[in-house]
Parts: sequence; C-alpha cells; structure tokens
Amino acid sequence: MSMPFYVAPEQFMKDKADFARKNIARGRPLVATVYSGGILICAENQSKSLHKVSEIYDRIAFAGVGRYNEFDSLRRAGVQHADVKGYQFSREDVDARSLANLYAQYMGNVFTHELKPLEVEILVAEVGEAGTPDQLYHILYDGSVMDEDNLCVLGGEADVISARLAEGYDPRWSLEEALRRSASALTADRPAQAKELEVAVLDRANGRRAFRRLDEAEVAAALSGS
Amino acid sequence: MFEPESSPGPNFTELLRRLELDPFSGPQHGGPQYGGASRPGPASTQLPFEVRHATTIVALRFADGVVMAGDRRATAGSSIAHRAMDKVHPADRYSGVAIAGAAGPAMEMVKLFQLQLEHYEKVEGSTLSLDGKANQLAQMVRSHLGMALQGFVVVPLFAGFDLKRETGRIYSYDPTGGRYEETDFHADGSGGRDAKTTVKLGWSEGISRSRAVELAVSALWNAADEDSATGGPDAIRGIYPSVATITSEGFVYLDPAEVAERFAAVVALSARSAPTPSSQPEEPLR
Repeated sequence: MSMPFYVAPEQFMKDKADFARKNIARGRPLVATVYSGGILICAENQSKSLHKVSEIYDRIAFAGVGRYNEFDSLRRAGVQHADVKGYQFSREDVDARSLANLYAQYMGNVFTHELKPLEVEILVAEVGEAGTPDQLYHILYDGSVMDEDNLCVLGGEADVISARLAEGYDPRWSLEEALRRSASALTADRPAQAKELEVAVLDRANGRRAFRRLDEAEVAAALSGS
Repeated sequence: MFEPESSPGPNFTELLRRLELDPFSGPQHGGPQYGGASRPGPASTQLPFEVRHATTIVALRFADGVVMAGDRRATAGSSIAHRAMDKVHPADRYSGVAIAGAAGPAMEMVKLFQLQLEHYEKVEGSTLSLDGKANQLAQMVRSHLGMALQGFVVVPLFAGFDLKRETGRIYSYDPTGGRYEETDFHADGSGGRDAKTTVKLGWSEGISRSRAVELAVSALWNAADEDSATGGPDAIRGIYPSVATITSEGFVYLDPAEVAERFAAVVALSARSAPTPSSQPEEPLR
C-alpha cells in the first residue's frame, strides 16, 4: 500500500516562497520615487510596447515585476475594479488603498490555496491631491502589503538599489533629478541608456488623469542634463 | 478577477453586463409595452409622467477640425426643467458627443460612452480609431432601442478629429442605432431643422474657426427663435449655450465670455434686420 509523502506545512510554504522569490529576483527591477511634482516610476524594460508600468485610474498607477502574463492580468483586473467602482459611486471614491487590499486578498489566496504562487511583485501608487499624501503600496507574491514612504523598489536586488536611492534622497527633487537618481540606482556602475528604460509619472499638474508616459527623447534629455 | 476564457476584454459595457450592472439591459421599468402587429401611436402620450428632454445640438466641420454646440435647456412637457444642462461633452481627448432626447438615459449613455473609451484605452494601452468609437456609440444607441420604443428616445451626435486622416469627422445616429457619417455638418433635436438650415446657408469648405463658431451660434439662435424647447442665450443668469472645438489640440470648450460676445453680435445683427413692430394704432381701441 502506498502512502503519500508527508510534507510539513512549514516546508511546503517555504518551498513556495523560495520558488516565487527566486523567479521574481531573476526579473529586472523597478523603482518608484516621490518627487516635487508627483510620483515617478522607472523600470528597466527593453520592450517599447509591453509595459510594466500602466495607468489604473485618474490618480492611480500600477507597476509589476516578474512574470508578464501574471502581472498583466492583475493590471486588467485593477482597471476593471476601479472603473466599475467609479461608475457605481463617484470618481473620487476610487482609491489605491482599497485596490491594494483587493490585490493582497487575491495574491494571498493564490499563495495559500494554489499549487503555484504568483511570481510577481506589484506596486499600486496614488498621487495625492492638495492635502492628501502620496501613497505607495508594495504587494508581494504572498499577499503581504507594505505601505512605503517616498520610495519603493521591486524585483531583484531590491535592498541594494533601495540603499543606493535612499542616499541623499529628497522629496523636493525635480522630475529630471529624480529620474537621473532612479536610473543610476537601477544600473549602478554603468551609465543608464534611455532606450532600456520605461518611465512614467503620476503628475499632479496633468489634469484629471495624472498618468503620463515619458517618451525616449524626454528620458534621454533628462539623463543627459546635469 | 476573470479567468482568461470569460474575460470581457476591453469592453466596459460587457464588463457591466457580466456584473449585472448594465443600465440598458436590466429589467425594463413598467412603461407601456408594445408587441404584435397593432402598434399604438406615439408612446410619449401614454407616459404617466413628463420626461425631461434635451433639445438642439449642432456640429460642423471647419478648416482645423469640428465645432460642436448645444443649447442648455431641458424641458419636461411644456415646462422648463433645467436651464443649465450641458449637452456637449468630451468623449475622450480627440472626440466629443452631444445629445438630444430623453435627458436621463442620454446622460447615462454619455457617461457610459466616456467610460468605455477610457476603459479600452487603459486595458489595451492604445486608443480606438474614430470609426471604432462611432461604432461603439451606435451599439449603445441600438441596445437602448427598447426604451426608445417606450418614448425615451436618445439621439446622439458624435464628432472628432481623426488623427490619421487629419480631418474633423461627424457622425449622426437614428434611434435604432443607425450610424451615418455626415460630410460637412449636422444638427439634431427639436430645433435641429432650423439649426441645420442656418448652417447649410452659411457653410463652405475650409471655413475658419471664427466663421464656424459664428455659424454654430447663429444656428442655435435661429433654433431658439423657432422652437420653444430650445433655449437661447440667457444674459440675466449668464447662461450661454455650450460651444466646443475639436482639433489636433483636442477637445476644448470655448470660454463662456467668448460665446456671450458671439451671441451679442448675432443678436445685434438680427435686431437690425427684424421688421419694426407696427406703431400704436391711430385710433385707441375702445
């Protein structure tokens, strides 16, 4: 008579976490920083059409690292949730916190109940209006949420990059300054190339829809300026 | 979260349908129902209440794009229900939608249409073509046909700047969802006929923005002159018809001060040409 192998729950969870962490760390990292005009999100991304950073709602952006198909379906779900909520209630009732909770629930559920956890780490960012603070919610593969202040790094080598960026960090940075610092934190010793970066901002001065992508020329100009 | 095979894709109305929130396919309220061969007369006469109606809207092409305009009056039967209703709305950055007909469902349709375009843009990461947007609106009008038959007719007018062809384009609709691309101009609503005639008499290819705005404003003036449901400029309350331009710069409302100025010019012109009322009868009436 055959017996199923016994695996201790601790071991089972640890294996899943290791699996997710290892695969996420293989992906290219992404940083988000608060600057004087809003929130800047900068990712290493070779593709011009497959985005890691996208718009969710008027003042809310989404960013993900890891498996593209997984974070992209999370992104779609976020847009659907936000648009339906804004339709049912009002546009001002859509906020990043409830979206972050929704993601945390879903990702936590997948982590505990499914065989394979999601191999993604995501960021939900909301730029504040006059008086309300900017918010950065960093959500891990197991559904744990971190409410970060001012800056946030996703993906491999997050600790090192985060330490590099935190050095001399100032929330009053201009967009160019924030972009240069973020890019050099990402690439460390070699100079950053505009064509390998995907950059977007939640700009307080951009009207109702704060989200705006920076094109390659704009990024190159910011990187070359001193 | 939807599984890939049941996902509504970038379609917001389909998403609402899945969630049973779709305003146009839900249970229809208890108005008169029609069926079979004998179809009674106009439904609106049988409604148990007066429905608010939005009236005259107009759109015309000019050298750099399209001008859209609409009066501000909403009527319920013979009374004025609202004096400052906006009938011209941005649909997205490069297009606008104006509405005539039953005000409640029309506003709902505009809101849904705006959301649909933005939802598509966010989910897909690219915008729909102008034709695609016009077809989307046609589908919304068609799905509203049941309510149109009960008297709640909604007739939108859609216009936008086609970034590929670099020209303004105008689409008109009928209550069944028929979509017709107009070559140069169109007007709809209860004063639409008068408005359209005014534009027709003054329109020519490649007119300037200033001339196009002037035409739109005098079209609304003439519509308000002939049609009781169309509101004219209201100088006392400072409420003027909404006028917007859609060009390569996007959808922009005209400053109400500019609209007021244009109306003042049109009013002065028609005051000069109007026949003076006959003077007092020589013999006083007894």
